[in-house]
Amino acid sequence: MISAKVRVRKLEKTVKEPDKEELSACLLAVGARKDIQAFEVLFRHFGPKIRAFMLKRGGNRQQAEELMQETMMMIWNKAALFDPARGSVSSWIFTVARNVRIDAFRKTNRPEFDPNDPAFVPDAEPAADDVYQAGQEADRLRGALVKLPPEQADLLRLSFYEEISHSAIAERMNLPLGTVKSRIRLAFSRLREILGDAA
Amino acid sequence: MNIHHHISDELLFDYANGALEEGWSLAVATHLALCPSCRKRLAAMEAAGGAIFEAIEVEPASASKEDFSWEAMRARIDNAAPVREVPAAKVVSARDGVLVPEPLRSYIGGDVDKVKWKPLGLGAYHYPIKTSDEDISVRLLRIPAGKPVPEHTHGGRELTLVLKGSFSDVSGRFGPGDFEETDETVDHQPIADPGEDCICLAVTDAPLKFKSRIVRMIQPLLGI
Repeated sequence: MISAKVRVRKLEKTVKEPDKEELSACLLAVGARKDIQAFEVLFRHFGPKIRAFMLKRGGNRQQAEELMQETMMMIWNKAALFDPARGSVSSWIFTVARNVRIDAFRKTNRPEFDPNDPAFVPDAEPAADDVYQAGQEADRLRGALVKLPPEQADLLRLSFYEEISHSAIAERMNLPLGTVKSRIRLAFSRLREILGDAA
Repeated sequence: MNIHHHISDELLFDYANGALEEGWSLAVATHLALCPSCRKRLAAMEAAGGAIFEAIEVEPASASKEDFSWEAMRARIDNAAPVREVPAAKVVSARDGVLVPEPLRSYIGGDVDKVKWKPLGLGAYHYPIKTSDEDISVRLLRIPAGKPVPEHTHGGRELTLVLKGSFSDVSGRFGPGDFEETDETVDHQPIADPGEDCICLAVTDAPLKFKSRIVRMIQPLLGI
């Protein structure tokens, strides 16, 4: 129990703003051994964001609280699927929250590929330093988002926050569809350039 | 698999932010299962989603309210029935003989050799796939080698994913795994290439439905 005490003290010290490495370590700890203290760190950091994310789609505070708890439960159960080589903690949590929100508001299926399917065409062998890169990428991406022209950044923010299609955005913002498409293409070609990837 | 035609940024973006309906998503996700480069682009978009999510401004809530929320969460975990352990994602390499990847395979109940085709005339067949959106038409098409795709009038968006064989139109040649996105502004007439029947997944906006029976009856004659 001594180590648990030390851990709690350490958590208290860092409870203000845990950094990405800590959050990543927490999610791995939940995945590996259902570490409830690590989960509390994740809950206190991401819970309010998930609640706000749910509210942006509509509904009331109580529903947002329920959907946040639902998302966190999903994170608790599926943490073992988190692979830091494939992306950052916040992108993983974003995709879980997104899927909970689709289920709740749209009540339709969102078909997804299955990496364990025998017909799935796998990636080329991942590089040894992928874990390191994924962390770096998240930083570079954050920096790059800030530098996007405002009309592109606003469009991305609106789409991710409110889950609306590019054609609905064109209507909402009273823009020609072609303009919205080219803003999306410009934004992502810029972001991919930052990530050093011409895919 | 040698894929030459990919998903556009704007369509992939709709899929990444959760705004794409089931029928369109089925074509997108099945292409993603076959295409590591589009999956990489999706991962970049989800990373952008994560960065934007991380930047959400939160109104400060009282500490006691947050504690209350955490207690509720703990109680929920303590009372939850133990879940089956989710195995860590493991990658299995593609095997010969399995043609249709998930998620499509579950929608058609097996591989293409099990499909109960319905004749469309002129040697072509289709197999309608049910999704939750009635205004989106989702189906498999089987076009005889060297023949055009029949009844090819549509409005709105059209997505085509080739599963077997190939077809050609003004945009080029489309083989297994290739993904074509068109709309009503593109005048195209896909023709299956000679040598092998072409099997593809086709997703379109469903034809307009009219309430009047008479209009419905003459709809095919008017071509609307």
